[in-house]
Amino acid sequence: MNTRSLPALPLGPQGRAAARRRARWSPGRLGVYAFLLSAAAFFLLPLYVMLVTSVKPMEEIRLGHLFALPVKVTLEPWALAWSGACTGLQCEGIRGGFLNSVLIVVPSTLVSIFFGALNGYALSFWRPRGGQALFLVLLLGAFVPYQVVMFPLVRAFAAVSLFGTLPGIVLIHTLFGMPVMTLMFRNYYRSVPGELFKAARIDGGGFWRIFLQLMLPMSLPIVVVAVIMQVTAIWNDFILGLVFAGREHLPMTVQLNNVINTTTGERLYNVNMAATILTSLVPLLVYLLSGRWFVRGIAAGAVKG
Amino acid sequence: MQTLASPAPRRRPRARHWAAQLALLPMAATVLLAYLGTLAWSVRVSFSSSRSLPVDDFVGLAQYSRLFASERWLLSLQNLALFGVLFIAACLVLGFLLAVFIDQQVSGEGLLRTVFLYPYAMSFVATGLVWQWLLNPELGLQAGVRALGWEQFGFDWIVSQDKVMYAIVLAAVWQAAGLVMALMLAGLRGIDDSLWKAARIDGIPRWRVYLSLVLPQLGPSFGTAAVLLSVSVVKLFDVVVAMTQGGPGVASEVPAKFIMDHLFGRANIGLASAASTVMLLTVLALVAPWLYARSRGARLGGQEGGR
Repeated sequence: MNTRSLPALPLGPQGRAAARRRARWSPGRLGVYAFLLSAAAFFLLPLYVMLVTSVKPMEEIRLGHLFALPVKVTLEPWALAWSGACTGLQCEGIRGGFLNSVLIVVPSTLVSIFFGALNGYALSFWRPRGGQALFLVLLLGAFVPYQVVMFPLVRAFAAVSLFGTLPGIVLIHTLFGMPVMTLMFRNYYRSVPGELFKAARIDGGGFWRIFLQLMLPMSLPIVVVAVIMQVTAIWNDFILGLVFAGREHLPMTVQLNNVINTTTGERLYNVNMAATILTSLVPLLVYLLSGRWFVRGIAAGAVKG
Repeated sequence: MQTLASPAPRRRPRARHWAAQLALLPMAATVLLAYLGTLAWSVRVSFSSSRSLPVDDFVGLAQYSRLFASERWLLSLQNLALFGVLFIAACLVLGFLLAVFIDQQVSGEGLLRTVFLYPYAMSFVATGLVWQWLLNPELGLQAGVRALGWEQFGFDWIVSQDKVMYAIVLAAVWQAAGLVMALMLAGLRGIDDSLWKAARIDGIPRWRVYLSLVLPQLGPSFGTAAVLLSVSVVKLFDVVVAMTQGGPGVASEVPAKFIMDHLFGRANIGLASAASTVMLLTVLALVAPWLYARSRGARLGGQEGGR
């Protein structure tokens, strides 16, 4: 894997910046800022509206001043969204969905990363017979739309009583995460010097020992990227949770959609927006805290060969 | 393939093979059962008359002719094509522009990057729901702008049969343009400084450099972005469900939703399987040339990684 394909975002201020002197204020310069600021306004608009609306009482929302700051700030919509909003007949808010999402995300992330690392390690260092061919088919699998394989999987899962269970949804996330995870780890291990592996072999390391004691501890950077990627992707998943999680384990995204799209009577926009923010909080925090690692994760998802 | 790295390994005792082979069993099972097996099953069912349960008969291409006689399916294909072209074009253009403008030594670069990319961290469901409200004519942007004094302002795409797809494109571009920006920015930063020095010495205006020299060099970044975006186009489902639930009427129907409805709502798995086979063929037609180009590129480029 060549390193240039990974975005290295921070600009070395010395390089090109020095060559092109910092431009003075000029009409062109103003144009640059005007464009960037209007773009920023476009991207921030929904966030602003969400935040502002989520702390307004309904009376203010009915007046229709979408952009207006709240006259009276209230946190009641947030409390309702968390523990009182209705999905169909039940009115327990989306905290149950939050818990479900955590219960799904944690094992799914760990298990899918473990298998990705194991596959990548075996493929890169041991090269078992048929491994490359399997890997090629697996890569194609990354592009298969879920709908194509979904129904037979539902039937197979039902046949072994995994359908609608927590292990079932963890397994499904592992299956669909395997192509990208394997690819990431394979590419990473390819950049590990072969001598290191040989030295470990000479020292008498076996398959599992080299994996657990040498390779896994060395994989920390790529594991971080993989965690960011999987946590974000699995938290944001909708369709797999909708189909495979069963009524007991519906993740937050599915519950959110139910809260909003099955409302009868007046729509509580403030509650809805608070619920949406709550649902997005985990991936947004991951994104804000992880910075450029996040971008690396996405780029790694772009299937590099 | 038994292509070994150049320095031949010392000894290859047999024992090491079975441990590795054993470790790859889960992957083999995934490939054979979860991908190939289910694909074969779906294709097989698409040739049967199955309705709510799979039936083991053979009706040839009957489901396919039913499928392509269905107005709803044809509309969903049309919608997907319209969405795909507009969404990919808009994301590439906007993403490229954002990257170029951000690359002008502006202050607050980190903050701007964060702002442009944060929607990508949010789920399609949340994104769709937000835009559903913003575009709601009674309470959203239209009402908001009218309240500011521009009484004639009209922005009701989401409730218009003709324009609803544009509303979905708008929301999806908002979500994904930042991703393209990040990829393009990485590409821009990878371009050799000497290009800029040479251009400066020759007195070529900067916009010209971007257009004639930089843009062609960003080919791989555009390729990666286009593939990522087109994969998400084919999978388009969440945002439609969240924004319009396929409506008004069936005006924003898309293939993924058509399949889900016929699988789980309308108990018509033969037809749904035919539709998903068509979808699969579309994806392969999109991805295969790109994978081929990449593997060729890797081979021609030689020296792939350190091993």
